[in-house]
Amino acid sequence: MSSSTTNTTTISTAGPPSRRNTELAMLVFAVIIPVFAYANAGLALSDEMPSGMLSYGIGLGLLAAVGHLVVRKFAPYADPLLLPIATLLNGLGLVLIWRLDQSKRLAQRAESIGQVFAPSAPNQLIYSALGVALFVGVLILLKDHRLLQRYTYISMVVALILLILPVFFPPRFGARIWITLGSFSIQPGEFAKIIIAVFFSGYLMVKRDALALASRRFMGLYLPRGRDLGPILVVWAISILILVFETDLGTSLLFFGLFVVMLYVATERTSWIVFGMLMSAVGAVGVATFEPHVQQRVDAWLDPFAAFKTGGSDQIAQAMMAFGSGGVFGTGLGQGNSDLIGFAANSDFILATIGEELGLAGTMAILLLYGLIVERGVRTALAARDPFGKLLAIGLSAAFAIQVFVVAGGVMGLIPLTGMTMPFIAQGGSSVIANWALVAILIKISDTARRPAPAPAPTTDAEMTQVVRP
Amino acid sequence: MSELTLTVMRLGFLAVLWLFVIVAVQVIRSDLFGTRVTQRGSARRGAPDRPQQQQQRQSAPPPQRQQSGGRGRRGAPTKLVVSEGTLTGTTVALQGQTITLGRAHDSTIVLDDDYASSRHARIYPDRDGQWIVEDLGSTNGTYLDRTRLTTPTPIALGAPIRIGKTVIELRK
Repeated sequence: MSSSTTNTTTISTAGPPSRRNTELAMLVFAVIIPVFAYANAGLALSDEMPSGMLSYGIGLGLLAAVGHLVVRKFAPYADPLLLPIATLLNGLGLVLIWRLDQSKRLAQRAESIGQVFAPSAPNQLIYSALGVALFVGVLILLKDHRLLQRYTYISMVVALILLILPVFFPPRFGARIWITLGSFSIQPGEFAKIIIAVFFSGYLMVKRDALALASRRFMGLYLPRGRDLGPILVVWAISILILVFETDLGTSLLFFGLFVVMLYVATERTSWIVFGMLMSAVGAVGVATFEPHVQQRVDAWLDPFAAFKTGGSDQIAQAMMAFGSGGVFGTGLGQGNSDLIGFAANSDFILATIGEELGLAGTMAILLLYGLIVERGVRTALAARDPFGKLLAIGLSAAFAIQVFVVAGGVMGLIPLTGMTMPFIAQGGSSVIANWALVAILIKISDTARRPAPAPAPTTDAEMTQVVRP
Repeated sequence: MSELTLTVMRLGFLAVLWLFVIVAVQVIRSDLFGTRVTQRGSARRGAPDRPQQQQQRQSAPPPQRQQSGGRGRRGAPTKLVVSEGTLTGTTVALQGQTITLGRAHDSTIVLDDDYASSRHARIYPDRDGQWIVEDLGSTNGTYLDRTRLTTPTPIALGAPIRIGKTVIELRK
């Protein structure tokens, strides 16, 4: 009797919508791990528990608690993993920076070139607090991520200003990517990546049909029309200009890669990827031939150990040796020699310290944590109900993924090194603050996406029931 | 600090780090495999659904009542037939589910009848499998044979239930 209709099924998600308690448990875990790492590094470096351990643990715990409470109040259905993973990475970054602060080699090196060696960890803790403050601010003030859609073209202008502004400031360390205000300096590229993702998602949401459908088929590829090709050419030109005038390979790669990824996601046309690859290859080769700064980077990438013969920057060579001496399980926190890298050991090259002191096992775990953040972002994009939210979530996670790839690939010698920071781990205020804002926007989108659908509105029948009058 | 302690801490730290990764993957597992397949149209024997899942399920029928004793009983009706009105000829198999009648779009039988209310009446089996018709406070009332219903009333086989211009009956 019942077998006739059993082939009709309903498929629905099983998980309970709010996972706040899971998030709390993971957060506690994420605070304990860095405290353990801190104790480990302290014991290895000076044979005693580090003095600041209690205050450090309490500081990180407080930041995590504030973040969690705000998420509980303002984004109750948000993804349970984004905040704990960000907290863990930030905490581990603080430990690694503190560990490099203790290095006598780095202190000597700073003195030998006439600088005062100042520990970076306290500043980094302040920047982390500012980052969490911005995280809280975004969660409270951004009621709905779709509000950002209104600022599509304003965000384009703001992003371009942020990207162009560093040209007018003096270069530091060979790249014009800083805005210097007195003793204070900001890296606007870090914030520009979020703002540019807002612009791309707003723009592509409107234009994606024209980009996807109005195309001619040629040799198995869909060639877009010339007028649709316009924006990609403009973005390409801008990223090349950044590369030329600011000698900043990383930001231009991030900027262009982000646009290609979002174009592909919005239009589902593989041809965009092919075009993007071709154009970035042309741009990179062109600039590498003419720009001496970029040329140096490429040479250092092709033969990192030449620096020992010719005398140049041996950073990449030292980083590769750090990875090599780490082996599978690493030398242990505080017991490596990654401080031989010298300059930027605690920012761009911090992955080498992870590679040496935590080994392949630790590096893989850290990369997996980055991967998990990206996965949660992509998952959020899949679950989001509005196209703008989908594109924004994809854009932000793609920006995050590209940044990790560019800096990790550069440090490991896979691609030429570019000046970018490992999100959350590397020393640098702009980076940590901007990435907390990025995670806040992802959490806000995931809150909207995972919120149970509102109950269907009660039917308002247009006509009233007629009354039978006997 | 002894070499041994540091080695233990080093390996312990890596283990804890990986434990975090594994726990995190466990947390997202529910998203990867977290779809449940619900059989519709037949009586469900599983545990009762949690409310939020019912909210998520689209176009799900109203909560079904477990039918314990009466199924397959001799002489029990198996279908509901509309015998008069615009839906004449429509049949609905009776499988232990509640059938709602009315002009509202989410009714089991959506009546296109000016004299029917949005939520007019419902027909459901009681614990013994006896089918009951209940008026849901309709404007014009529900009639079983000639009598207007005031309380939930058991339906005899073949007895006409009149709602506005529509007449339905239960058949074997």
